[in-house]
This record gives sequence, C-alpha cells and structure tokens, in this order.
Amino acid sequence: MLASYGYQDGSGDWFITIDTGRCAACAAKGCHAACPAGVLEVTEDDYGDVVVAVREEHRRKIKYSCAPCPPGGRPCRAACPAGAVRHSW
Amino acid sequence: MSEARKEFWRWKEYNWHNPDLDWRAGKIRSAGVDVGSVSSQAVVMVDGELFAFASTRTGADSPMSARKAFDWAVEGTGLTLADIHYTVGTGYGRVNVPFAHKTVTEIACHARGANFIYGPGVRTVLDMGGQDCKAIRCDENGRVTSFLMNDKCAAGTGRGMEVFADLLGVPVEETGELSLAVDEEPEPVSSTCVVFAKTEAAGLLRSGWPREKVLAAYCAAMAHRVVLLLERIGVEPEFAITGGIAKNAGIVRRIERELGVRALSTGYDTQVAGALGAALFARALAEKGR
Repeated sequence: MLASYGYQDGSGDWFITIDTGRCAACAAKGCHAACPAGVLEVTEDDYGDVVVAVREEHRRKIKYSCAPCPPGGRPCRAACPAGAVRHSW
Repeated sequence: MSEARKEFWRWKEYNWHNPDLDWRAGKIRSAGVDVGSVSSQAVVMVDGELFAFASTRTGADSPMSARKAFDWAVEGTGLTLADIHYTVGTGYGRVNVPFAHKTVTEIACHARGANFIYGPGVRTVLDMGGQDCKAIRCDENGRVTSFLMNDKCAAGTGRGMEVFADLLGVPVEETGELSLAVDEEPEPVSSTCVVFAKTEAAGLLRSGWPREKVLAAYCAAMAHRVVLLLERIGVEPEFAITGGIAKNAGIVRRIERELGVRALSTGYDTQVAGALGAALFARALAEKGR
C-alpha cells in the first residue's frame, strides 16, 4: 500500500508516502529513529502490518516539520534500506 | 425586529432498517460506527447483510453522537447494543466510540464499504466527507493499495457546500441540481479556501450573478480541487464516490467531466459507506474471534 500523509494547499503538495509493502519487510525501521523532528512512528496498520507512519500531529504541518532537513539529504530516506519513504517535494 | 433564520445548510437526518430480515436468526451481528467531523453514521449487519443504518449530525460530544447514531439505526427493531457481537469505530472521532471493540481508519473502511456497495470491480474511491477528502485506490477485495487525503481546509468538502447553501439561501440538498441549471459554465471561484470562495461569491452576487451561476462556479471549484487530489493518486476505472457529496449531482457531473470518467451509480446510501465498511471489518473480526 502507498500511504500518503500530508496535504495540498495553495503553496503546493506536501506528502510523505510510505510504501507499506516494503516497509513491513524491514525489521529495523531505522527511518523512525533517524528523523530529528520525530515525524515518524512505528504502528500497526489496518491490515495488521507493522509499518512506519507520519504522526498525526505532523500531518497538517509536514512542510514545516521536514523543512530543517535538506531535500537532497533527508536522514529518514538515507536510513531506509528498502527505499520505502518518499517526499513529494 | 427579529426574524427566525432558516438553516439552509441543515440536511435531513435519517434512519432505515430492513423489516424482512430477522436479526435474531443471524449468527453474527456486527456494527460499524463512523463518527465524522460533520455527520455520524451507524450500520448494523446480520451475517454480512445490511440490516439497519442511521445518519445523524455529529454534536460536540463524540461518544454521545456515536451512541445516538447506533440507537437511531436500531430504533423499533428490538435489537440493542447487547445483541451486537462486534463493533468497529471509524472516522475522525473513531477513538470516541466507547462501545467499539476496535478502531479502523476511515480510509480502509470506505474502501471496504465501496467494495460492498459498488462491487469488486471498483478500483478508485473518492470519499468526500464533511471536512476532508480522500482519494483511495483498492483491489478486488476492497483492500487499500494507495491513498492520500486532504483535511487541511474545508474547500472541496461537505462543510464548504453547507456554507454556500447558507450564503445563497438554497437548501443544501438542492444545491447540486440548481448548479446544473446554467446555460454556460462560469469560471470557478477560489478552490484554495472556502472563506476566500465565500467572499468571492458574495461579490459575484452583488454584481448580479444569479444563485445558480454562483453555485455552478463553486461546484466547479470543488470538483477541480478533488480532481487534483485524484490525479495525484491516479484514477483507474471503475471509479466511485462515497460520502454525502456523492449525492450532489452538480459536483459529481463536474468531476466526471474533468476526469473524463463516469462515476458508478448505486441504490445504496453512499453516506454510510464508511460505517458499512466498519461493520464488514467487525464481522470479519468477530469470525476470527478477535
């Protein structure tokens, strides 16, 4: 499942997409610990898979939560061996 | 001089039950309760067959709204909460359904509900809720394969249409048909924010635009807004719309026009799709004994 968290507004599209199929297969979930803003959490989805998701409190401000990290060097993506984390910007 | 002001936004609350279905004979009685930001629905199923539902307005107290929806759904049937084997809560207020055994996101529930309502062929579901909008792709079992939602603002949602109904003095149930009574499509109003859109619409009314033309401009804006969301996820036929806005022909026709895809039609009530999906999850979980 491609789970997209974030929003569209007048300034653009701000979504983090998690490929839960790839994410569930990764035991380490290193992206979660690598995020300096604590945007990600490990949770069980509706189908019983243990996956990473964007925390509820960051979903409406994700553009700002992720702003400190440079688009070319996001630690969450670097820590994900499965390439399961994607930003829309 | 004061005058009672009519609430044009106020849609009718309703309930229904199947008088031909004997719930006592059923092995598994499951319930789904969808507490949304604007409306709450409850659905009761007996062995996977739709038995009863209700749709009510969500009040300030979510647990009470959930209970009110359930009680109204089963009113006059003799069935009580104690007769239900498993209940799933969903929606924005899903954690506030005190009698739910489990919560499931409204995304998964709408996909499951749409699969029941429209059949296994449905692949893209647009849920236009009271204060958010969700674009969902699913498989033949109603399992979500991809989703995204927008709950950042009220433009493109049921609440936005309620605001316009009040502004124009048109009962919200009639806004869709009235918006289609224009000879030519006007330019859409702002689709970024319902407050800006309302201000723009007030200006258009002052400049002499008739109500149907203003409504057409707003419906076009709403349609465009959700089409942008759908295009991000990709639309694969068969395409279905759930939620209260699925009953608004003015928006549905414009979404279809912009997408170039016809939305599936149904005799089921599209507004209970989330609660229906929750009841289906509840049945599956009851069978698993969880």
